[in-house]
Amino acid sequence: MSHRRTQTTRGDTFIATLSHVLLTIWTIVVIAPFLWTILSSLKTTKEILSNPFGLPGQLHWENYANAWNGAGIGRFFFNTVVVVGCSVLLVMVLGAMLAYVLARFKFLGNKLIYNIMLIAMMFPIFLAIVPLFFILQNMKLLNTLPGLIVVYVTFALPFTMFFLYSFFRQLPHDIYEAATVDGAGEWRTFFSVMLPMASPGMASVAIMNFVGLWNQYLLPVVLNSKKENNVLSQAMAGFASKAGYAVDFGSLFAAAVITVLPVFAVYVLFQRQLQGSVTQGTFR
Amino acid sequence: MAHHAAPGSLSFSRRVARLRRRATFDRVSFLAVFLVVPVALFVIFELSPMVQALYYGMTNWRGFSATMDFVGFRNYVQMFSDTKFLISMRNSALLVVVVPTITLVLSFAIAAVVTTGGRSIGRVEGLKGGGIHRVVSFFPYTVPAIVVGLIWAQVYDPSRGLLNGVLKAIGFKQFQGFAWIGQVSTAMPSSMFVIVWSFVGFYTVLFVAAIKGIPAETYEAARIDGAGRFRTAIAITLPQIADTVRTAYIYLGLAAIDAFVYMQALNPQGGPDFSTLTMSQNLYMEAFKGGNFGYATAIGVVLAAVTMAYAGVIFVVFRLLRGKDDGMRAS
Repeated sequence: MSHRRTQTTRGDTFIATLSHVLLTIWTIVVIAPFLWTILSSLKTTKEILSNPFGLPGQLHWENYANAWNGAGIGRFFFNTVVVVGCSVLLVMVLGAMLAYVLARFKFLGNKLIYNIMLIAMMFPIFLAIVPLFFILQNMKLLNTLPGLIVVYVTFALPFTMFFLYSFFRQLPHDIYEAATVDGAGEWRTFFSVMLPMASPGMASVAIMNFVGLWNQYLLPVVLNSKKENNVLSQAMAGFASKAGYAVDFGSLFAAAVITVLPVFAVYVLFQRQLQGSVTQGTFR
Repeated sequence: MAHHAAPGSLSFSRRVARLRRRATFDRVSFLAVFLVVPVALFVIFELSPMVQALYYGMTNWRGFSATMDFVGFRNYVQMFSDTKFLISMRNSALLVVVVPTITLVLSFAIAAVVTTGGRSIGRVEGLKGGGIHRVVSFFPYTVPAIVVGLIWAQVYDPSRGLLNGVLKAIGFKQFQGFAWIGQVSTAMPSSMFVIVWSFVGFYTVLFVAAIKGIPAETYEAARIDGAGRFRTAIAITLPQIADTVRTAYIYLGLAAIDAFVYMQALNPQGGPDFSTLTMSQNLYMEAFKGGNFGYATAIGVVLAAVTMAYAGVIFVVFRLLRGKDDGMRAS
């Protein structure tokens, strides 16, 4: 018995070691490009070209200043904050309202709205993109930040509704009735009773919407091509395609770091909600 | 528009219902704002363009001119003799077959090791210290896809890229100046790797959560029956989280059919000999570079049809697998 036990343990040790080695290799593959990016963001273009893997002679923080001011990343950062901030706020309010009505009120067409949104979520944005371009143009919303916000809100809406729907479904009816008896109208009931109760779900969806919209690329590239209204993702692509000729690689890497930082901060701060929400609503 | 009252305290509920049924200003304004505003947005900016696409796809519309003729299915017929379109379709098909499969195999392997790959005696548990790998491998998911693509475009750079630098350092001199995304043979696999790289962590987290939901007794029974780690993962874990795997397959497939952002960052023109050109890129070029809006919209319709067909195939395949499984269990 004891003999068998030691053998198994030896097998365990071998497998554990092997697993760790493989997992560590993968972890290195994941993290190396990031570290290299950060390292390169602190080097001069000359250093990057002559010795791409060496440490910088000194830390060139001015790359960040150059990217922020010279390449205009500061302005695009500001645009992105405005667009994504407004969009997330609006879609959370509208999405919660719609989810609440669909989940708690019976009326003709209720299921229809729910199902159409569910199906629309599956279709690629590419199906809608050309007509959408001209709809915005006719409404004079093309290449404007409000136009982009409206589109962001719309395309985040079905997901938000779908996720919050189950939250509002679960809220007990007694509370609604108690609020009614106490004389609260529909508006009061929603904003001071129901919405606060759904706040854990709201937090998760808000974070996912923030990450998703911050990273959005197709919509701004097509619908928001005016340079000064650019958001970070499209500005990055423009910056990189130019970098082939007029090269400031240090700033390019710095701009990449600046773009990633906010989302990364959100991830670190809200790791639990984000990883939790991955498993709750959307993917069941 | 009666609200559904909970059964039980009937008289109480009825009183509330009566209170509610009246069409007060409060109630009407509430429904108008809560229902009409979001639905209107959805209809104007998402549903209507999708429906309009069906019509525009049957025109020769070139955008800004007033002339637009209805041409029926001519755009769709044209696609079959359009080499560029056919290449892009082949590439997208390749992406949708390869990317989800590799990503999910990797994610499942990591998830299984982290949750059930620990000691083979005693309680079933995960590998000691495996959590750090899970956390780190999630990072790429938080990075904007465009930045992922741009970083990798730099990593793959022939002369100053990280990849060739590392290969040279460990002794593979033949890779000096090797253009990973610049030649036909390696452009597609290299691009695929980037997409896989960015998704593995996310699906690992998803699978870890699903596996943790499996009751421990299931594993203990398997262990008593003498199943090893690999057997356990394939025969116990995988069937138990089949629903999650199916959903993951669908979402990853949709991402792979799209693949727009990654490909735009790596090879905006579609790569050497269009070897990485996707349907989405082709659509984008036809519409917003070439001004062929009618034709591009038709491509969008095909793209949507392919997407739906893919989701349908996955559903059927998993249903068949499930059916076989149930049959075996019953016998």
